[in-house]
This record gives sequence, C-alpha cells and structure tokens, in this order.
Amino acid sequence: MSPVLGKPLNRVDGPDKVTGTGRYCGEIVLPGLAYGLIVGASVASGRVVSIDETAARAAGGVYGILTHENTPKVANAPVLIPSLAGNPAPGMSFFPMQDDTVHYWGQPVAVVVADSLEGAAHAAALLDITYESSTPVATIEDGRAAAYEAKTLFGGLMPAHDERGDVAGALAKSDVTIDQTYHYAANHHNPLETGVTTAQWDSDQLTLWNSTMGVRADQLTVARLLGIPLSDIRVITHYVGGGFGSKAMVWPHVTLAAMAARHVRRPVRLALTRPQSFTSNGHREEQEQRIRVGASRDGMLTAIRQEKLAVTSHFDDWAEPATGVSSEIYGCANYLGAHHLIRGNTMTATFTRAPGESLESFTLETAMDRLAYELDMDPIELRVKNHPPVDSHGNPWSSDGLAECLRRGADLFGWADRDPTPGVREDGHYLVGTGVAAAAYPVAFMMPVQRARARIFNDGSAVVQTGAAEFGIGVLTAMSQVGADALGVDMDVLRFEAGDTDLPNTTSAVGSMGATMQSSAVHNAGTTLRNQLVAHAVNDDKSPLHGLATRDVRVESGRMVSTLDPSIGESYADLLQRNRLLDMEALGSWTPPPLDTPHGLFTFGAQFAEVGVDKDLGLVRVRRMLGVFAPGRVLNPKLARSQLLGGMLWGLSQALLEGNQIDRQSGRWALNNLGEYLVPVHADVPDIQVEFVEVDDDVVGPLGAKGIGEVGQVGAAAAIANAVFHATGRRMNELPMTAEVVMNGGGAG
Amino acid sequence: MAMRPITFFRAGSIDDAVAAVSANPDSAFLAGGTTEIDLLRLGVIQPTLLVDVNELPLTYLEDTEGGGVRIGAMARMSDVARAPRIVERYPGMSQALLLGASEQLRNMASMGGNMCQRTRCAYFRDGQSPCNKREPGSGCSALTGVNRGHAVLGTSDHCIATHPSDVAVALVALDATIRTIGPDGTNTIPIERFFLRPEDTPSVEHPLAHGELIVAIDVPNVPVARTSRYVKHRDRVSYEFALVSVFSAMRVDDAGNVAELRLALGGVGTVPWRAHRAEEALIGRPATPENVAAAADAEFADARTTPMNEFKVTFAKRAIVRELSEVSS
Repeated sequence: MSPVLGKPLNRVDGPDKVTGTGRYCGEIVLPGLAYGLIVGASVASGRVVSIDETAARAAGGVYGILTHENTPKVANAPVLIPSLAGNPAPGMSFFPMQDDTVHYWGQPVAVVVADSLEGAAHAAALLDITYESSTPVATIEDGRAAAYEAKTLFGGLMPAHDERGDVAGALAKSDVTIDQTYHYAANHHNPLETGVTTAQWDSDQLTLWNSTMGVRADQLTVARLLGIPLSDIRVITHYVGGGFGSKAMVWPHVTLAAMAARHVRRPVRLALTRPQSFTSNGHREEQEQRIRVGASRDGMLTAIRQEKLAVTSHFDDWAEPATGVSSEIYGCANYLGAHHLIRGNTMTATFTRAPGESLESFTLETAMDRLAYELDMDPIELRVKNHPPVDSHGNPWSSDGLAECLRRGADLFGWADRDPTPGVREDGHYLVGTGVAAAAYPVAFMMPVQRARARIFNDGSAVVQTGAAEFGIGVLTAMSQVGADALGVDMDVLRFEAGDTDLPNTTSAVGSMGATMQSSAVHNAGTTLRNQLVAHAVNDDKSPLHGLATRDVRVESGRMVSTLDPSIGESYADLLQRNRLLDMEALGSWTPPPLDTPHGLFTFGAQFAEVGVDKDLGLVRVRRMLGVFAPGRVLNPKLARSQLLGGMLWGLSQALLEGNQIDRQSGRWALNNLGEYLVPVHADVPDIQVEFVEVDDDVVGPLGAKGIGEVGQVGAAAAIANAVFHATGRRMNELPMTAEVVMNGGGAG
Repeated sequence: MAMRPITFFRAGSIDDAVAAVSANPDSAFLAGGTTEIDLLRLGVIQPTLLVDVNELPLTYLEDTEGGGVRIGAMARMSDVARAPRIVERYPGMSQALLLGASEQLRNMASMGGNMCQRTRCAYFRDGQSPCNKREPGSGCSALTGVNRGHAVLGTSDHCIATHPSDVAVALVALDATIRTIGPDGTNTIPIERFFLRPEDTPSVEHPLAHGELIVAIDVPNVPVARTSRYVKHRDRVSYEFALVSVFSAMRVDDAGNVAELRLALGGVGTVPWRAHRAEEALIGRPATPENVAAAADAEFADARTTPMNEFKVTFAKRAIVRELSEVSS
C-alpha cells in the first residue's frame, strides 16, 4: 500500500492561495503593461454602421483601439472541435471583428487599450458606435418553427442521432408508457475568476498568461488563428480561479489580447468583466427535452425515446448531448435519441458542468421515478433491475458499481423505512420527501498521447512536470502524490510543476478526464525513472544491490531496498553521487485506449436527497443530500470528496436556483451578475455526505482512476425533483424549480 | 463597466456638504456607496462631483421625547440592527436590517443611503435599455421583458421597478419621518410621502431638492412594535432581495379582535408598501384565516401583473395569511 497515494493530504498550493502569494493570470505585472477592455455589441442581430473614436481617443491614455476596420484577419478560420481531442479548440467557428456583422448581443466589436483599466473603461464608454439591427431570434419560443434535426454535434465529432431497434413499435406494445416534456433554463458557468489573458510579445515570440483549463489548447488555437509556429507561443497558467467549462475551449478574448498587444507594442492584460463573462465564453443552452419510456408490467424497459430542442449559433451545430448516458445505463433494445436545433442570435453554447449528462439524466431519472410509481415498484429496485452488465454494444463495463452505489446509499440514507406515498409528511409549513437518482458520466478516450517528465537530483530531491493546468481541483496535490508514489520518494522532497506549454504535453483537463490523463502520464514518468535508477543500481558493482533482479528491489522514501533482505539497500542520492551523476530524468507517456475500446466506460454513482417544500409558497429547501460514487482509484479522498461535493451543490443550484433567459426584445441575457444570477450560498447548503464504493478498473489507465469532476452533479437535480414529488405529489418538469413552478404544479409537462 | 473622471470631495460639515452639492447640478452625495458605486461603474448615474458625507457626525442613535428613536443618517445598518433600543422596541426593524444584503455590505451601508437605494431592475441597471427611470421618456423595457422580480403594486404604464429595501418596509409600517437639511433649511418628510410611486415620472423617486441631505430618521414610539416581526421569502436562503417580505405588528384585544395593526410589504411594490387596505379591513375584526385572506385580497385588488410575476400576488397573500395567523396565535 502506498504511503502517499490515496491519502487525504492537504492541498500543496493552499498556503500560496490563502496568503495571496500565488499569482493568477490577471495579476501578472510586466513593465509597460497596458490594459485592454472589450466593447460588446449592444444589439443581437445586425451590423456595425459606424464607430466614432474621436471622443475616446481624446480621453487620454489610450494606446490603441481595435475594431473590425483594423483588426488583423485570422490566418485560419476557427473550426470548433472539443479541446479534449487535442486539436486547436476555438469555442466556436467564428472570430469577431473580421467584418461588420453582429450575430449576438455582446459580440466583441472593439478592444480599447489604455494605460489603466479605468482609462480603458472610460474610453470604451466614449466610443460612439451606431448599429443597424433587426429583430433577434434567441429563444426556443422565437425559433421553434424553424427547428431542424442536427446530423452531428461538436464539430462533427459525434453523431446527433442514435437509434437502435424499433422504438415506435415497442412503445405501442409496452404495458406502461411515460411521455413527458421538460423545459430547462440556460446556465452560465460563473467561476469566481472571469476569463483573463495577459499577452506579451518579444519580437515574434508570444507569451500568454491565460486563465485556462488547458495551456496546450490555447497554444494550438492561438497559433492557428495568428498563423505562427507553435514554437513561438508559450502559454503559462499557474493559478486559475475556477473554470466549470468556461475555460475548456479557447474563446476570442485570448487571441484578441495577443492581437491588441501586437497592435500597441506593449504587453496587454485583457480581463472579461462579470457581465461580459455571460456573453464571452459560452453557456449551457436553454432547452426542451421530451422523453418517452415504455416498460413491461414486471418493470423491464422496452423502449426509450429522448429528444432535445435547443438554440444554437449561426455558425455551429452545438448541443450538449441528451443521449450519451440515457442510451447506456439501462438495458433497452429499442432506443432513439435525437437533437433538434434552432439557429439563433447567440454565441455557440459550450461545455458547462456535466454538459449533457446533468440535464439528460434529469429527464431520464425523473421519468424512471414516474415509472416506478406507475409500476408500484421501488425506484432503486427498478434501476437495479434494468442496469445491465454490458453497454448497448454488448461490451462489459470497464468497472461498474451502480447497483452497489444505489444499495449502499439506500443503507446510509435510511431508504428501507421510506413510505413511498407522496404528499403525506408534514413538518410545520413544509411537506417533506425523499428521492433517488442514478448517476453516470462517461470516460472519453479522445485525447492524444499524454506525457510527463520526472527528474531526480543527486541530493535525492525530485521534480515532476506536466503541462496540466491547476484550476482549483487539486491537480498539484494529487499529481505530487502520484509522482511521489511512482518514484518512491516522500512528498516533501518532490516538487510538481505544471501549467506551462514548455512542459510535456497533457490535454485540457475537461470531460472529467484530467485525473486519469495526468495521473497515467505522471505515473509512467515516475515509474520509468524509478526503473532506470533501480536498473542502474543492480548493474553497478559498487552498489549493495548489485546482482539483484530488478523485481526484487523496491523503493521507499528515496531508498532502494532488497525485498529479500530489507537491510540491503542504498538511496537514489548515494547511487547518483557515487557515479558522478548530477541528476537523472525520464519522460513517461501514456497512450489512451482507442475510442472503440471494447468496454462500457462510465463513472457510476447514486444520488439521494431529502427536501422540505413550503406547502403554501412553493419554496424548496434541501435538507440533506447523499452521493455515493464508484470512481475507481481515488488519488486523494479529501480532494475527491470536495470535488464531488461541489458537483452535488451545482446539482442543487441547477435544481433550484440557476437559470437565465434571453430578453426577447433585445436578444440580451436578462441576468448578468451574481446578485441576480443565483448560485447557492452557505445557508442553502444542507447536510451533504459523499461516500465511495470501491471498484477496480484496469482499462482506464495504469492507476485505474476514473473521473469525478462532473458525476457529482449528474442525478443530483433529479433526486431533488423526485423528492419534491414525494413531498408534494407534484411533478416538476421545469428547471430551476422556483416557487412559481412548484406553486403552479410543475411547469412545462 | 464605465469609468469616468470624477471629483471627490470629503465634506467636513453638513453645511459644506449641502453647499457643495447645491452648487453643482451634476453632483451627488456619497454615503456607504454600496449601491451608488455599482451604479457609477455601470454608467447608470454619471455625476461629475461626489461629496462624501461619511465623516459627518451623523452616526448616532438617540432617544426622542415620547419614547421614539432618532437614527443618524450615517448610522451603519449593522450597528442599528444590533442596537439594544432597536432590538427591544422594534424587533421587526432589526430583523429587516439583518435580512438585508450581507454582513459586509451592512457594515458599510448607511441608514440614510438605504432610503435612497435604487431598484435592481436589470433594464435600469444595464445602462443601455430603454428605461424611463434612468432616461425619462425612453420607455420601459420591463413591461414586456423579463419581469419575474418586478412590482405588482403601485406600478404605472411607465415603470414597474420594485423597491429593493427591507428596512424601509419596516419604517413605513412604523410611520417614521425623514429629516433633511437642504439649501433652503431643514425639512421633515413623513416616510410614506418620501417614497414616490413612478406614475409618469419614474425618475423622480423622492421629494428631495438637489443638495438636500438626509440627516436623520425619526422612528416614533409605537408600543405594538415591541412584538413586531419581519419575514423575508426568497429563492435563495440568504443574500438575495425579497420575492415577498412582510412586516407586521398586531395587537388583539380581549374580545379577540384586532385592535392595532401595522402591516407592510417588500418585494411587491414600486415603493415600500404599507398595506393600508388590509389594515383597515382587519381592524375591529378577529384575525381568522378567512378575515386575513379577505384583507390580503383587498390589498391586492388593484395589483397589475405580468405572466412572469403574477405568482407574486398569490405568494404574497399566502405569506400575509401565514404571518398574521402566527402573530395572532
């Protein structure tokens, strides 16, 4: 058993963060730094007629103004591909300020650069911009008649239509059917740190300090847009104040910062304001989902048809998928999943905290709860009964655990004593109920080879490096543990470096794949170096380990010892010093399994919630939540618990608070600040428990670690909605479940 | 985000403050700044001179003849909320203060500034949309826009912006008086006349002359307020403006009839809303759920709603019924 891996260690970067010595990308101070500010369009559809810069330039301190008239043309048009694929990853197939067209409210129409942020803001306000505008189409209500079925999603990376068997026939013959329509409000990411880029040119060499979930994606994207070699761009990010998907793709402000810095011949810091963060890095789109489920009287699913309708931009067929989990976690021979889109005046939506999975599972898991009542079955038994040992292609799960999570959760939550009758438990003004939902999040092997470097010095200290960005999830800590475990050294002699494109490649930590990718590469780098050192020792006739088989040597605290006689051994430092070696290093790489790996690949879990619903006022208050997850190897249970707990809170947020809508007159997001766009505060946070079910996984990487970044959110909102039904007898078909939705009986359905 | 060059002047006396603002039509007082600085940065208000009144000796709380309390305009919300004489004599006012904003904001925000708090209407605050309150005559985007949070009482064809204050709801129920000093001397304004409904001039929110500074708020002796309560209902448990809030103080006589009632509502009106109709409907009658419901119906008889905010009427009526049932039991 490893002395470090799997231990609940504190964050290694904690002191830097709490003392303020950790530098975020908006805190990089460079000589001559200038401040850029984007000016967003104040119409959602139309064109820029004129921009009068006279007053802005007269304000003083202005170094330059970029508009569509002087912004360089991009060298290559952006093509949307998810950053996990390891390609250039612009957030949309559109780059602003290339012509006068306005496609969405807030689209950048100018960048003002000045000697202070305040000066830039003042000058920006003095820009006199006139527009021609037409009535925008920005909501489902506006564009329903023009909806079409998408063929592919994510820049062609995934089919939008998924069908097997005969759904219509099976639904017609089912003993029991459910047919429900849901409406979900749009969500915004809202990390505490908005997007920010500091750009510096040194001759033809560009350095970007960018708040990102992946430095490599930034480098690839900006190089392609500017038409410069990858070797001329270095991207650095040491601290990021949260991402939640908003920094998974590379949005225009990053490249605009580089363009602005070149234009004014100074380093430029360009930060999105909070209102701009609602219009600059995508969002989770407003959507409507419809599900039809058929089942036999004995509770076996016979058909699932799940469809989604949403608004996308004028340039991309983007929809977060509504079918990836629902097509797999329950065995069902007849399945149809489809995505319908409306082209509208919005930017391209993007990955937002459990993209697709959170809402598709809300649809499916509330429908499963309905079905359980229709069949008079326990909802846990219904799920367990329908969860197959293989995926829809007949491939076994790389590791499962869904049934165990449901059963373990049932024990911990006290499910056995539950009376399923809805609407009968009162506590003062509140009706009380409990609910359950399954959770699953895919393991997606679309990334290229991942690499890391390990180096040991002749005093026994070590450095392990990989390009990953630490955006608050604990990368530095968990990878220090993985590196120390692989090298066989103590944590206090190891430094882990990350967040720099000069370091070996890892792909953006998105799609809950960060820990799997990074730990696999770091583990392989560490073990490669360890094996190299052990081989050196057993071949060194001056070493006490000389002549041993390498398999008979283990390493503890930087000391190689014989497993046959632990009194025989020497330290890495002794070996290196005796051989006049200052250091030794190794690269490690991990090649992910192919996309068609013959395994079903998910992290599974189960969610439980208890709510009190104000019976007069409709306000829902969550009383307790329990999540049980089976993520395979847990690298650091303290960090893992934090991340899963955060996911569950985002689920609570999605269930009860978060929602934005576009003002139909202007095409503008109605809410653009954290005063009105609600996320939970401490007082909303109930008693939350996170538990793990152990499963071994030898498919997903050398350590068997599956992702936990997003599965914590999947199913959380559905468990809350099912609990609201248990409390009130009313089904909720709308998110967020605000007071009026509950008072009026559930919304869209 | 707008940033404009601005002149800042810290006034050393009330007279200096009044003189400085009176002399410049583009000037404004600056108290705690918890709303005003936001609005400056958003470009919603555009003064060229800010006259800081934070140093003025107006942070006192003192008893008045007759058992009331005089609250200096610069007294901080957090200090007032915890002042023993407020907690004892007007517990509902203390609760209203503590349910407003966050502790950090309450430590900065002043009582006088709170009386001048501006609406959270997104169309007012965006600095761009047509808005009669911000730019008279430009129209009201909220009427047909996203208006879930907007007012249903005291609205007009020109504005439906909700008044955001909590403590002002308590003060209208307590018949407080606003005391001012302006270029023309001192003035006292009964609080219900201090908050103007939008009618056809939504940009005019208070009967204050330019340069007229709030110096104190007088809260009279109201014995029934010693059992007053303030309940605030909202989506999020804390740190959010009210969907509906209810201030109540009620005395029931030996016969079981309502002898005294002070009832006011937040979150539903264009001004802090004193529920006079409901009060009148209940005085002299028992506060049975039926009578209270009828009183609440009377209060909202003229409510004007939109599809997005019509739930507030039902919500508010139920909140009133619950509150008065609990107070009377």
